[in-house]
Order: sequence, then C-alpha cells, then structure tokens
Amino acid sequence: MNTPPFWVEAVTAALVLIGGLAALTGSFGLLRLGHFFQRVHAPTLGATLGVWCVSLASVVYFSAQGGQLFLHALLIVVFVALTAPITTIFLMRAALFRERQAGKDVPPSVSQ
Amino acid sequence: MSALLSWALFAALSCLLLAMVLALARMLKGPSAQDRVLALDCLYINGMLVMLVLGLTYASSVYFEAALLIALFGFVGSVAMAKFLLRGEVIE
Repeated sequence: MNTPPFWVEAVTAALVLIGGLAALTGSFGLLRLGHFFQRVHAPTLGATLGVWCVSLASVVYFSAQGGQLFLHALLIVVFVALTAPITTIFLMRAALFRERQAGKDVPPSVSQ
Repeated sequence: MSALLSWALFAALSCLLLAMVLALARMLKGPSAQDRVLALDCLYINGMLVMLVLGLTYASSVYFEAALLIALFGFVGSVAMAKFLLRGEVIE
C-alpha cells in the first residue's frame, strides 16, 4: 500500500473525467433524440467508452497503489461488452414487433 | 490523494449523477414501453459507473463486487423486460 506518483493520479483523473463525460453525453442523447430507433444508439456511448475509461482508471490507480497488476476491473468491461449488444438486439426486435403491431411504417419481418 | 484526483473524481461523480437524472427523465417521459426499458438499461450502467468511481474515491475494492452485481442483475432485468415486450411472457 504505497502512495501513487503524481502522473498515475493525473492519468486516473483524465480517464475518470472522460468516462463521466461520455456517460453524460450518452444519457443526454437518450433524452434529446427524436425517435426510439435513434435513441437506442445513444446509451452505447456510456456502455463502451464510459465503462472502458472508468475501468482502466481503476486498473491504473489500484495497480500503482498495490504494487502489483490489478485486473479485476477488466472483468466488468468484458461482461458489459458481452451483454450490452444482447440487450440492444432484444429491445430492437421488441420495438420492431410492437411498431409492426401498431401499424407503423417499419420494415417487414424477414423470418418467414 | 492529490487535490487534482479528488477534484476529478468529484466532477466525474457529478457528471454521472446528471446522466442518471437525464436517463430517469426519459424513463418517466416514455412515450413507449421500449423507451422506458432502454432508459432503465442506461440508468443501471450509469449506476455501475458511479460504483466504480466510488471505489476509486474510497480506495476500496469492495465496490467492484457491487458494480459486477449491478451489471449482472441489470442485464437479466433488461433481457426479461425486452422478452416480455416481444412475446407477452418472460418464460415460455
């Protein structure tokens, strides 16, 4: 348990700030964009850039603090990278199905 | 911890709090059910990021387990709700 040098703290601060701003931009897009099929793109900014930056900040800071490589935080990156596209695809299919049921102008089903 | 890092952690926490408020506004506003599920998905990812930043703030690794659990249960919840919207039931 030692105090990290200044450049480690600077790198951590930059990564955390970039991650927070990316998540904020994604949520702002979620509120601001006009249609569901536009809005579904916005939160992926927080789920990719935000999660990557904050996890890398944790890896850098705790590795420098503990004196050994600390890679647990990358587990979260792997998990979110696996699960976020699944959620998005499910939601897109549900939205297409519901808009088709409601008689909106969306592409027809390709499954038959 | 230097003043630079504690300032950056506070700024990131403020950004994430604002992001959660924006996602909550979309969840309350709708207009359709899939919008609300998408906003809840965004909300839990932002909450997970808050947990990671809090772990850095208090220099404790306990918050990683909390973040991992939030990611896990948020994914299960989002998939269950999307499945319900698609088929009208969760398990067929």
